[in-house]
Amino acid sequence: MLRANYPLEARGLRKSYAGKVVVDGVDLALAPGECYGLLGPNGAGKTTTLRLCLGLTAPDAGEIRLLGADVITEPRRARARVGVVPQADNLDPDFTVEENLLVYGRYFGIAAREMRARIPMLLEFAGLSARSQARINTLSGGMKRRLTLARALVNDPDLIFLDEPTTGLDPQARHLIWGRLKQLLAERKTIFLTTHFMDEAERLCDRLSVLDHGRIVATGAPRELIAGHIEPQVVEVYGEGVFEWAEQHARALAERCERSGETVFCYTRDASRLVHDLEGRRELRYLHRHANLEDVFLKLTGRELRD
Amino acid sequence: MSPAIRRFLPPQPSLRFVPIWRRNFLVWRKLTIPSILGNLADPLLYMLGFGYGLGALVPEMNGMSYIAFIAAGTVCSSTMNSATFESMYSSFSRMHVQRTWDAILNTPIDLDDVVIAEVVWSASKATLSGVAVLVVATALGLAQSWLALWIAPLALLAGLTFASLGLIMTALSPSYDFFMYYFTLVITPMMLMSGVFFPLEQLPAALQTVANVLPLTHAVAIARPLMNDAVPRDLIAHLAVLVAYGLVGFHIALAMTRRRLLK
Repeated sequence: MLRANYPLEARGLRKSYAGKVVVDGVDLALAPGECYGLLGPNGAGKTTTLRLCLGLTAPDAGEIRLLGADVITEPRRARARVGVVPQADNLDPDFTVEENLLVYGRYFGIAAREMRARIPMLLEFAGLSARSQARINTLSGGMKRRLTLARALVNDPDLIFLDEPTTGLDPQARHLIWGRLKQLLAERKTIFLTTHFMDEAERLCDRLSVLDHGRIVATGAPRELIAGHIEPQVVEVYGEGVFEWAEQHARALAERCERSGETVFCYTRDASRLVHDLEGRRELRYLHRHANLEDVFLKLTGRELRD
Repeated sequence: MSPAIRRFLPPQPSLRFVPIWRRNFLVWRKLTIPSILGNLADPLLYMLGFGYGLGALVPEMNGMSYIAFIAAGTVCSSTMNSATFESMYSSFSRMHVQRTWDAILNTPIDLDDVVIAEVVWSASKATLSGVAVLVVATALGLAQSWLALWIAPLALLAGLTFASLGLIMTALSPSYDFFMYYFTLVITPMMLMSGVFFPLEQLPAALQTVANVLPLTHAVAIARPLMNDAVPRDLIAHLAVLVAYGLVGFHIALAMTRRRLLK
């Protein structure tokens, strides 16, 4: 039985396409007002999980409750109180900024008068007040994203889904989006986002799950995940003869070493002996830092390339 | 129930398609004049070119001037072309290129509503095309009966039918190029064989049989008498063929679109 007070809860979600399992037994539960992140490499099943939660595709097995509605039997009622920022930009290119919001409001059955009253607030939130009459193709990538976010808010949703909200944006635009999402969280909105940016997940999410091959392999607060899955210190080493050095010396000085491309990653609880050893080697360069979410992610999902 | 069967379930009718229709209308309104001119130019060139050019050589056909004969056919072929073009190229843009449908599907609207909206919208544009040709034909004195006003609802019906058929192609299409097959293999032969330019009786018997199962033939068979102040013979049968093509086409289009997008 799914709990009614959770904005989103899913149990045992399964989905396969043409015999290939894409989502393989996913359980989710979002508490009111939390920011939950789904992390995973390309093809891990993030977007399919999102589509299942929104009732855009039927699961092969499992149950989903979204804002009090059973998504499988009542997908439209479930989506009425939800906002979605999709991965691909799909604003209406023939319309102005304002018309995009007005027309989108109609899909929720919001009358033109009510929508016109809301639009100035939405435009201000998106930082687009001065551009209300601009055509979409005159907007920058960051502006389009902010407008898509404003569009997801036309129905004043309780829960907002964001699928890789800052992919393709420059750092300034990303920080602006993050600021707006923080603002929404301060208004007690619940947020569900997928991302493969670790800093985004670490910065925004109260809790996150790592998805790989359609399965959730870890869940927790970012700091818990780091503390629970990885040694606290990392030394990245690269340069001439780094692999020989790793074979001969590093294995004795660090709990765990991993090779990725031209770099050796050494994980350890205490890096002082390792750093001391490296200081005497002029051909090797190194970076000593705290373990972060990316280390957890790579440990859990592996280092090989996903295409 | 298996997904393959569930795809063919009928839609639940509702008015949720209206906001989508209004969205398309708002886009169209920004381009009204060029759009109407575009709708008119092609059919009028055929009608006037063949009508006056060939008409000088063909004194009378089925008791009317050749240009009057071809005007009735052009109203129907223009309706068909407009519905087909809108439900293929324009719908494909909205579905696949601009991803407008994806944005709509994230709201409390179903894919069924989107498909209904596309069919009704394409039929609306087709009606406008047919009526625009009719208005020009009337101004040239080629329609002299109030009965010709019935051509407007006929164009709407034909528009719904041809839009449904076009949407099947859209649901199957990987790219815009695909639509050329449908135009070359279906629409153009149909236009030549359905009595638009010459009476069906001119065709060899075998081709007449083929022509009689084409939906455009039945639209022309209704429109031509109406423009000539006569009640069409076998009206119910002709309407039934158009309705049947429309209903079957719509359900196939819906099933194919669900298969493509609800994965």
